[in-house]
Amino acid sequence: MRYLVTLQVNRTSYPVELEVGRTLLSVLRGELGLTGSKEGCDDSECGACMVLIDGRPVNSCSYLALQAAGRQITTVEGLASGTKLHPLQQAFLEHGAVQCGFCTPGMLISATALLAANPDPTEDEIRAGLSGNLCRCTGYVGIVAAVRSAAAELANAD
Amino acid sequence: MPDLTTRTEPLGAVVVEPGTITPGRARGAGPLRREGPAKLTGDAKYADDLVSPGAWYGGTIRSTDAHARFIALDLDPAFDWSSVVVVTASDIPGDNIVSSIKSDQPILVPLGGEIQHHAEPLALLAAPDRATLRAARHAAHPRTEKLPAIFDSLASDHLFATYELAAGDPEAAFAAADLVVEGEYRVGHQEQLYIENNAMIAVPQEDGGVTVTGSLQCPYYVHAALKRGLGLNDQQARVVQAETGGGFGGKEEYPSMIALHAALLAGKAGQPVRMIYDRHEDLAATTKRHPAIVRHRTGVTHDGRLIAQDIEVVMDGGAYATLTPVVLSRGAIHAGGPYRCPNVRIRARAARTNTPPNGAFRGFGAPQVQFAAETQLNRIAEMLGMSPLEIRRRNVYKIGDTTPTGQVLRDSVAGEEVLERAAEAGEFERLRARHHSARQRREGSGTVPGSPLRTGRDRFASGVGLALAWHGAGFTGSGEVKLASVVSIELTAEGQIRILTASTEMGQGTKTIFPQLVAEALDVPIDAVELAPQDTAFVPDSGPTVASRTAMVVGGLLIKAARRLRGEVEASTGGAFAATYREFARSHGPLRIDQRFEPYPGVGFDDATYRGDAYPAFGWAACVAQVDVDLDTGEVHVRDVVAADDIGRVIHPVLAEGQVEGGTLQAVGYATIEEIKLRDGRYLNDRLATYIIPTALDAPRITTILVEAPFSGAPHGAKGAGELPMDVGAPAVVAAIADATGAWIGDLPASPERILAALSGVAAVAPLPPGASEPAT
Repeated sequence: MRYLVTLQVNRTSYPVELEVGRTLLSVLRGELGLTGSKEGCDDSECGACMVLIDGRPVNSCSYLALQAAGRQITTVEGLASGTKLHPLQQAFLEHGAVQCGFCTPGMLISATALLAANPDPTEDEIRAGLSGNLCRCTGYVGIVAAVRSAAAELANAD
Repeated sequence: MPDLTTRTEPLGAVVVEPGTITPGRARGAGPLRREGPAKLTGDAKYADDLVSPGAWYGGTIRSTDAHARFIALDLDPAFDWSSVVVVTASDIPGDNIVSSIKSDQPILVPLGGEIQHHAEPLALLAAPDRATLRAARHAAHPRTEKLPAIFDSLASDHLFATYELAAGDPEAAFAAADLVVEGEYRVGHQEQLYIENNAMIAVPQEDGGVTVTGSLQCPYYVHAALKRGLGLNDQQARVVQAETGGGFGGKEEYPSMIALHAALLAGKAGQPVRMIYDRHEDLAATTKRHPAIVRHRTGVTHDGRLIAQDIEVVMDGGAYATLTPVVLSRGAIHAGGPYRCPNVRIRARAARTNTPPNGAFRGFGAPQVQFAAETQLNRIAEMLGMSPLEIRRRNVYKIGDTTPTGQVLRDSVAGEEVLERAAEAGEFERLRARHHSARQRREGSGTVPGSPLRTGRDRFASGVGLALAWHGAGFTGSGEVKLASVVSIELTAEGQIRILTASTEMGQGTKTIFPQLVAEALDVPIDAVELAPQDTAFVPDSGPTVASRTAMVVGGLLIKAARRLRGEVEASTGGAFAATYREFARSHGPLRIDQRFEPYPGVGFDDATYRGDAYPAFGWAACVAQVDVDLDTGEVHVRDVVAADDIGRVIHPVLAEGQVEGGTLQAVGYATIEEIKLRDGRYLNDRLATYIIPTALDAPRITTILVEAPFSGAPHGAKGAGELPMDVGAPAVVAAIADATGAWIGDLPASPERILAALSGVAAVAPLPPGASEPAT
């Protein structure tokens, strides 16, 4: 049984016909060609597949695509404005928060959600906000510094 | 202390500018990561992101026995096999061997052959869609006859390699020693846990060859494996690196296996085949860090000088040799730690067991042995009533000292410098004194049964620990000479400067520092230099991207090539390269400079006698770790780490700090939570829910101090950075646990179970030694 639904991803509407068991991650990466969201474990452990659904961070590997119909989905591809990086992306670049890059999309999504909920987080709050995303390259030092720097940048821009 | 601002002995190399000490993090320095924007926007294409029209999905049928004879592959006749390709060993056109140091590992176990480990590949399947592949897997049943298996490396008499190092007269020195200390240390498996699983896509070509694109560190290792296993020539086998989501050694040798599997399926199906491992398969089947048992007997004088070391190292290689002989070699050479000792005997062996093969992982044998050496030295200091800092001051290598291979340390020796920098920034002596008095207070205030240090008031105990290590930069012994790596720089007819190397980017920064080094040598903007893709059809074999050799060895070759290019252009035009190279290209056409590795002056190693300069230079690292131990649960929180690392000339501070920070956290994970449990030779915790690594909340604050003792043999003075921090974190954490609790944990990881067992003297359920396999139930 397949269902025709419309997914709203990064402010674009995508009509897709789906079987019920499909995960949001597989549809984003397959039918929609948005391969920025990664599969690292397919187990909700690593956070590489994280996307925003109505502003909340969700592991898309463990979320049914049909559940996402009618909701606003944001992936890493939706963060930059044209060729201009989002302040979080720019801060990640400058602070050495990107190494292999595989955790980066999910990490950026978690950081986006964190700063939306808490625009001026402490270091401990940043670490807690990112604790659903595993990184094996950086020791998290550059990532924490980048989020803190982006928070300051965004606060000044307001 | 040596003055690090001058070279100690010129070796005929280009003069290195005076070194400086870089305190703390140097943000904003160095060019931005070249491929960073693509990774940040989701544009970067990792293997599973690549579209390959018409591609089939490949899968592997694996052994569920640790040791058995492979009798048959039964294909369920009720299943429709018409749209499935099945590959067995009889389909292999070339040698059924995964090309590596020893030719012992089959691509697929042949019918009638012996299965040597759990999860060993027996057969391959491919189907046009995932559902068919999944159904086919359930319809294919290997039939086997179990054979007796060996899981204990001490009981195995099948040895992959042995090494012995000797100096002086250890027995006479032991007789003369004021104190002789024995210790046994055991470390288990560790998984690299790159966040991107292994992945390969094979596309058959019209010439009978195959192009394989995937997640890998060493394009030419895969290239050699394809040629041998498939009987292809240099052109028919083509290997392309996709963006690679971390390696840490875990994508050094195993990608050859996966590439062969994907290529065999693609050849038989006549279609592209994707082999994308999921996390479970990646954890269950691919290589881990070698478990090791290290025994020390050390003779010291009452004033803390090492006079005799007798060290036995036994590594568990798993079922096949992979890179084990060279892992063991590095382990043997580093086993004594960075200390002068005139009378030494080091015996090292690696044994085969019926467990999945162990292989390359950041540190490559050195973290295991230096955990043992450092914990042994910290215990000796405690027995002598001496500070761990002071005992290291008295023994650390200095310029002119001789190592167990007979290597005289003439250049770039910074053990003292990193030791003092870390101890000072980490406030080691002040914290140690504070914890000492806290422990006295606690011991005086009564105990709670089962947890001797626990008092009503103090549930947590704090401690500080110190460790020091050395790490040979680049390949061991004559490795670089045999590799004879080549790099090229091309000035195209269009006036573009292009770097051609096989060195891969896997997060460490290759794609940023190579253009940076070449741009500096040519005095052009970094954006004027481009990097050719890591594709064996275009780039020369610059050796594998391993052993912390990329910045030091390959970077050095690029500088030499750039200088030659500059010289030729400037000699022809009479003007500065930057101002004239475009005009030169237009008038003279393209110019390509190939630069081959030449032995570092004055550096030589004799493989037959196992003596000489084991490495052209060593990196030096010290670490001060602070922990809080929960005396009720045995949990350890590593709160703060100060890491001082001498990596020679720092090319890019942000990237270098990233290496130290990431390596330090991997070492903290190794020390505290990362462990593979086995039953009957099978990994039990082969999912990310059960093999755990540190999150941002578990990670300590890490302060990095980069120390620069330039290596005079390299034109830029750089040494390796990647592996060094992996050597010191674990012994520093274990020393901090001992400082907090008084208990020395000799087995890694220092898990809550092991800590509680050590604190109480009894354990409800005694933890198995690391790396041991419990019997089947």
